[in-house]
Amino acid sequence: MRIELTRRYSFAASHRLAQPQLSEEDNRRLYGKCANPYGHGHNYVLEVTVTGPLDPATGMVANLADLDRFVHREVLAALDHVYLNEQVEAFHPACGGQVPTTENLCIEIFRRLEPFLSARLCRVRLEETGRNSFEYAGESSRRP
Amino acid sequence: MIYLTRKMEFSAAHFYYNPEWSEEQNQRVFGKCANRHGHGHNYILEVTVAGTPDPQTGMVLDLAELKQLLEREITDRFDHRHLNFEVPELAGCQPTTENLAVTIWRLLAPKIRQGRLHRVRLYESPDLFVDCYGDTQ
Repeated sequence: MRIELTRRYSFAASHRLAQPQLSEEDNRRLYGKCANPYGHGHNYVLEVTVTGPLDPATGMVANLADLDRFVHREVLAALDHVYLNEQVEAFHPACGGQVPTTENLCIEIFRRLEPFLSARLCRVRLEETGRNSFEYAGESSRRP
Repeated sequence: MIYLTRKMEFSAAHFYYNPEWSEEQNQRVFGKCANRHGHGHNYILEVTVAGTPDPQTGMVLDLAELKQLLEREITDRFDHRHLNFEVPELAGCQPTTENLAVTIWRLLAPKIRQGRLHRVRLYESPDLFVDCYGDTQ
């Protein structure tokens, strides 16, 4: 029997999609409106899924308060109400950061949550809007 | 393979309490959920059955039969009940969403004969749900 627990969180952040080595025209051609130099923002919805055996004393995969505290500390505190391109190292051009697409944001969030100890992180699912969502389960998984 | 999902709701009360622990430890681990007056949720259950459509009917299974099975096994057993006191299948375990999903799996899996039960997804709230996959996964 495999049990997976999924918790939903939300955060709001701004970003701009552009590669520093490309011209403004090329970025505009590649990323369209998302390349607007002033940036734009989204209300992201994050689903975090963990798995593991049920603790017989609590009947839980992981204590929700522990999971909430970990996600708040590792993800929401760093990503909520920030400009991803300049305030998160993984996306900062000066640090060799990636373009902050929701795909890359998904991978960054997975990386931040993987050290959670009370249960094993299965996957993260990130909604950029109600119509676009992305899932990442690490490179070793067969599917999300 | 086709995966068919049927959705339903039930409302129930529960609380979390481990009698082998002190009051303080129960409060520390379970927080507000340890309030022994109980509290409740509107649970949403999604039952997913995997199967191949019957060549005659074009259906994985008869949805009316599935609906009746869910009313008999789930609604009649859990809806407007107190999970700590009124459900023998949960006796001796914490009525967490995890244990409730496992119990629902065990109730339904042997009774689904057209197709096979693939997943039980149980929402305690829109922001918290549990998926249960049986031993065959």
